[in-house]
Amino acid sequence: MKKLLVSPSPHIHGKENTKSLMRDVVIALLPTVAVSIYCFGLSALKLALVGVLACVAIEYVIAKFVLKTKVTICDYSAVITGLLLALNVPINTPWWVLVIGSIVAIGVAKMTFGGLGQNLFNPALVGRVFLLISFPVIMTDWSVPAETLFDGVSGATPLGIVKEGLAQGLTLSQIYEANNFSYAQMLFTRIGSAGEISAIALLLGFVYLLVRRVIRPHITLSIWATVFVFSGILWLCNPEQFTDPIFNLLTGGMLLGSIFMATDYVTSPMEPKGMVIFGVGIGIITILIREFGAYPEGISFAILIMNATVPLINMFCKPKRFGKEAK
Amino acid sequence: MKTFSIGGVHPHDSKISANAAIESFPIPEVAYISMGQHLGAPAEPVVAPGDKVKVGQLIANANGFISAPVHSSVSGTVKGIEIIKDLAGNPCKAVVITVEGDEWVETIDRSEEIVRDIKLDSKAIIDRIKECGVVGLGGATFPTNVKLSPPPGKKAEFLIINGAECEPYLTSDYRVLIEMPEQVLIGAAIMMKALNVTQGFVGIEENKPEAIRIMTEKAKAYPQIKIVSLKKKYPQGGEKQLIDAVVGRKVPSMGLPIDTGAVVQNVGTALAVYEAVQKNKPLFEGIMTITGECCPQQKNYKHRVGTPLSKMIEAVGGVPEAAAKAISGGPMMGKAIANLDAPTLKGSSSVLFLTEEQTKRKEESNCIRCGKCIEACPMGLEPYLLNKLAKAGRMDDLEENKIYDCIECGCCLFTCPAYVPLLDTIRLAKANVMKIMRSRPPKK
Repeated sequence: MKKLLVSPSPHIHGKENTKSLMRDVVIALLPTVAVSIYCFGLSALKLALVGVLACVAIEYVIAKFVLKTKVTICDYSAVITGLLLALNVPINTPWWVLVIGSIVAIGVAKMTFGGLGQNLFNPALVGRVFLLISFPVIMTDWSVPAETLFDGVSGATPLGIVKEGLAQGLTLSQIYEANNFSYAQMLFTRIGSAGEISAIALLLGFVYLLVRRVIRPHITLSIWATVFVFSGILWLCNPEQFTDPIFNLLTGGMLLGSIFMATDYVTSPMEPKGMVIFGVGIGIITILIREFGAYPEGISFAILIMNATVPLINMFCKPKRFGKEAK
Repeated sequence: MKTFSIGGVHPHDSKISANAAIESFPIPEVAYISMGQHLGAPAEPVVAPGDKVKVGQLIANANGFISAPVHSSVSGTVKGIEIIKDLAGNPCKAVVITVEGDEWVETIDRSEEIVRDIKLDSKAIIDRIKECGVVGLGGATFPTNVKLSPPPGKKAEFLIINGAECEPYLTSDYRVLIEMPEQVLIGAAIMMKALNVTQGFVGIEENKPEAIRIMTEKAKAYPQIKIVSLKKKYPQGGEKQLIDAVVGRKVPSMGLPIDTGAVVQNVGTALAVYEAVQKNKPLFEGIMTITGECCPQQKNYKHRVGTPLSKMIEAVGGVPEAAAKAISGGPMMGKAIANLDAPTLKGSSSVLFLTEEQTKRKEESNCIRCGKCIEACPMGLEPYLLNKLAKAGRMDDLEENKIYDCIECGCCLFTCPAYVPLLDTIRLAKANVMKIMRSRPPKK
């Protein structure tokens, strides 16, 4: 007679698994990758491929030969790290710099902690910040390759221009005028890393993640709200010294960071109240760095700093229990 | 649309046997009537080998407060009192009866006529329910008379009939609702009289529009009973969730439904109460769904308690070739059947066949801290944390994080993208924590 399985309930499982969720994140990043290839040409494709291949290969080597554990490269998590890292660096970054970034991201920030699910800090951001500190010239060289859509355009990012201008004692209106800034320009193409050039593509990815219920909106929306309110207050105090809220939301890595990096499952809180605290923290630290710090952009540091608080947040933010306390 | 306030998941409802009308299953040649048909102590047999019994005759007495008498479901000769194997393969005592004909006890009213007039008073109703061995048919098989007698100091305010049937696949309650709607309503009215309450509700999930339509139509004659349509969401039919959904009150942690003034009874129980009180018929029949995509026939059988499951499975063509697991109950909370020869019980609700693809557990991978288990938990617990604490053996922290509130609905494991066996560890740890809690001296 045929043998039947005997195991405890539940006997069925939902359709989602780690792989399908991670694959959805990759799909959500595709519009951004597509726009970057459209704008920057093959250099963007090359960067993305180098990032992904390097991250996957490094995870494979470490899991197989160093840790001798099960190889889990098929779960798409290394693919996401590679893509995010590639989208976070200037388009002219040499391939070997990206490989070093991948080694730090996967080797140091992820596998050292025990692989997927165990790391404290977002691997792609650790990789990016490591590169920013180690190769400051390469990482802030925003010139674009000759064959691209913005032929001949080069220079600093809007955040960089503003920081530079303010340091020279100019007022914001003078800076805006000299550089022809407009919101329309910020919404689609502008100078920056491949992942920063199109707000529309990033928002499309955000909508996809929400519709597929991959992430909850709490973290992203609370970052936006905090940035809007905090930079808004500063702007109202002195509009010639502090940039306006819309400018802050649309420039730099704000959207890429708040949609794809801050919402990384492993390094963000698990409960809605905690998610909001986490998002507010990121918003405040980002604006502090942008307006008062030495770097023009601060969201990478802000996310990493808040990553460190996640275990504490998880410990204190409990979901609402069903029913009152027992008498 | 009404629903419970936190958590829940949306498994596909797979009610593929919904259109199969209830059929009477043939009486078996030998019936194995288990003494453990209910929550609490097994019943004590009062018949001896060689005794002649009739259908509906008492064959075992309740053994304690939380226990229920057992009646013969067949007529014939008692072959013996044997130790048989139950669904899980555990030994249990059973009265084995060789069937001869189908002779019923004369006091049972076997007519088709619906008896609407409730003659008995509150106390007599509860006594009758107790004598007839009626137990809750929603899964827990808790003696119904005990539930209808609130402890001193507590007062029932309303009765809720649970017609949610939120488990995928199961359709026995649905068939009862559309085939015997009035009997269910009269059963509810009887229990309301017993509880001395004037408000009754029947909660039905929206995926059963036909049942909602028929019940709403029939309930016009019973103005005290409201039909409440509920959102399709698992575990809508969990007792605590149902009370929350229907009247918006929450059973306190470690509390009982009666703390909110609610008494919840299942649709099948309402029918059994109707038959016990109005027809003087003890509980010895039940309705079971035989189903599964791999099962060639979908059936809703009315069976005599004690019919071997294997007889019913043979009638639909045997264990399907593709089946990898047979489940008694729904796929979320049911138990895997280890022994297909086990007899049916009062509370049996189904035999569900699932294929390997549908049911096989996938290999566990690292928790990715996505928080989906927290989002899914209808009790507002943190399954990932309980799992971690349980593995570390931190009993005090488990208690602190209210592991005892877990209703074992399975939402966490159903939803976990990393296939971490959350409920397995939590179930085990919960039993250990509750053992420790019970061993403490009571607080003054």
